[in-house]
Amino acid sequence: MRKPLLFGNSTLLVCALFFTPLTFADQGARLLATGGASMLEGSGGGGIVPWATLSSYSGEDQLGVTVSLSEVTVDDFRLSVQGASFSWNNRIELSYAEQTFDLSTIGGELSQDIVGAKVRLAGDLIYGDLPQISIGAQHKKNKDYALPSAVGSQDDSSVDWYVSAAKAWLDGPFHRTWVANLTLRSSKANQLGLLGFGGDKEDSRDWLAEASVATFINRYWAVGIEYRQKPDNLSFAKEQDWKDLFVAYFPSKHVSVVGAYTDLGSIAGLDDQTGWYLSVQAAF
Amino acid sequence: MKIGLLLALLLITPLTFAQNLYVKLGEKQGIKTIVEEMLYRVGGDARIAHHFDGVDIMRVHKLISEQVCDLSGGPCDYSGEDMKTAHRNMGIDNADFNALVEHLIAAMEKQDIPVSAQNQLLALLAPMHSDIVED
Repeated sequence: MRKPLLFGNSTLLVCALFFTPLTFADQGARLLATGGASMLEGSGGGGIVPWATLSSYSGEDQLGVTVSLSEVTVDDFRLSVQGASFSWNNRIELSYAEQTFDLSTIGGELSQDIVGAKVRLAGDLIYGDLPQISIGAQHKKNKDYALPSAVGSQDDSSVDWYVSAAKAWLDGPFHRTWVANLTLRSSKANQLGLLGFGGDKEDSRDWLAEASVATFINRYWAVGIEYRQKPDNLSFAKEQDWKDLFVAYFPSKHVSVVGAYTDLGSIAGLDDQTGWYLSVQAAF
Repeated sequence: MKIGLLLALLLITPLTFAQNLYVKLGEKQGIKTIVEEMLYRVGGDARIAHHFDGVDIMRVHKLISEQVCDLSGGPCDYSGEDMKTAHRNMGIDNADFNALVEHLIAAMEKQDIPVSAQNQLLALLAPMHSDIVED
């Protein structure tokens, strides 16, 4: 006589029904590193710039999932980010990030939630003449609005819109593979939104340019730079553009690690905020 | 002495760079080995092995080797069909194409082909994507 199954047949059936329609990006339908990393606002991208690429390695009719932890430590502040994203069909990406901004020197902490969506409109990162073009949105909501309000912020939530184009050259300069991404963002966010949206000095949307360029030394290691324009809406302190110099490591399609030297300029009146960025992502 | 060495280096360097892709891939024998390793890996990959069911694998090996030799500047003339005709109605999608690229890269890594030569070959093959993959 057969032994009864531990969970019974109905449970197995439910499991089968649940898993059948979705194919996870197990071995991955896309090439190593084309899923990129998780950027500070949770979207698939570099470190500080969302890219036209979609997170994970999911391809046609596949679902991909990523989780990430990032930390930026500069002279007087520390930013911690926990993020997760879902990608389907190499077409749609949904993301969530929770940012906590520790005002190490001033004292206190700020935080916000970011829900993001991105859609690939056309093109492919690697194949064909057209770059990969995506549009995206990031809905941001402050969770500690007392300080932003006190320094002149006009709103505790807002949506950033962006359009991104990314292209890889397999055999670029020095016979290395190069990747470039350009993002144009419409935003009112002060310091990513951690200091609220819009300000006493200016309360309108700005078009901001963000760019990344990276070269792959081999299949697993890339080095690159990023630049991100910032608005300047608050009169109490000037906000400056961000830049970083990064090294990315893709040991497999399941793990990526990005380390960077970052220059965040002046934040809340404290100048020359430079320091280190570290981000780890797991993808399934 | 030091200047002499430097001059010698300057003279040799352009020669090394000028060495063509065909030579960097190990010429006919090296290319055959790479393609053999690639097809061996493909055969063990459940994602794409079925595309080769009932296919004369020795012929595929000969044709791909010939094509790579031809593309890389070697003394060969590819004698097979064009890519569009050869892959018609095979139902190859992006994931299949990328899987093959991964096996080619793995095969080149195994043969210690330098990254620069790998990239040169991949860039020569990538434009075939639009003829091979069905939308």
